[in-house]
Amino acid sequence: MNPSVSIEMILLLAGLLFVLGIVGVIIRKNIIFMLLSIEIMLNAAGLAFVAAGSHWGQPDGQIMFIFILAMAAAEVSIGLALILQTYHQHKSLDIDTLKEMKG
Amino acid sequence: MVVTRHNPVHALLYLVISLLSLSVIFFLLGAPFAALLEIIIYAGAIMVLFIFVIMLLNLGKETAKQEKEWLKPKVWAGPTILSAILLAELLFLITLPNNTTSSQQTVDAKAVAISLFGPYLIGVELAAMLLMAGVVGAAHIGQHKKTVLHRFLKEEEPS
Repeated sequence: MNPSVSIEMILLLAGLLFVLGIVGVIIRKNIIFMLLSIEIMLNAAGLAFVAAGSHWGQPDGQIMFIFILAMAAAEVSIGLALILQTYHQHKSLDIDTLKEMKG
Repeated sequence: MVVTRHNPVHALLYLVISLLSLSVIFFLLGAPFAALLEIIIYAGAIMVLFIFVIMLLNLGKETAKQEKEWLKPKVWAGPTILSAILLAELLFLITLPNNTTSSQQTVDAKAVAISLFGPYLIGVELAAMLLMAGVVGAAHIGQHKKTVLHRFLKEEEPS
């Protein structure tokens, strides 16, 4: 393996991806783009886990990555079903139209 | 690039590129199993789900136009500054301790599997239950639509 990939660079990349995901969640009004940004943030967290696991030579990081993957799959399926539901009811993907959903 | 596109399909393509590059980084880090999972599950299954929903909702140029109206500089300037502050803090904290020795070992799939079904067996079962609940919940939410719409139409007809 290439030893020139230092863990600090990987953690920097993970932080950058996480911040990009947060920017995407905050500035977009479309629900689909917010879900995509959440995927980016989950990827950043998984990248940090895998980097730490490979830094110490333990398989725990990849196990956490597998758990993150399973959680992302479940979250995407539920979220997309909810998006379909709201689109059929409101005919829009704007999250501001969901303000009437007070609870 | 994903968060600034107006067309959802373009954003998806950029996200696939990002996922592929992340998988190459996993491979460089000595985690080939995670790289494989990244390509197969993320770039395969989850992206297919997104593409399916986008095609089902029939999002096209009108959505892109609408997005252009939503995405003004007045809207994204403030959150971007806040996130830049967060990024600066992260950079500072990561580059602060310089005593880490980079020693990377390859963790192959065998060690992952042995540890996964050894001490992490509870976690595996919980993940399986989570996936099961996700499938059942998605089926329920998708199925609930027809009855709700039907009832809604029934209520509207007399009035």
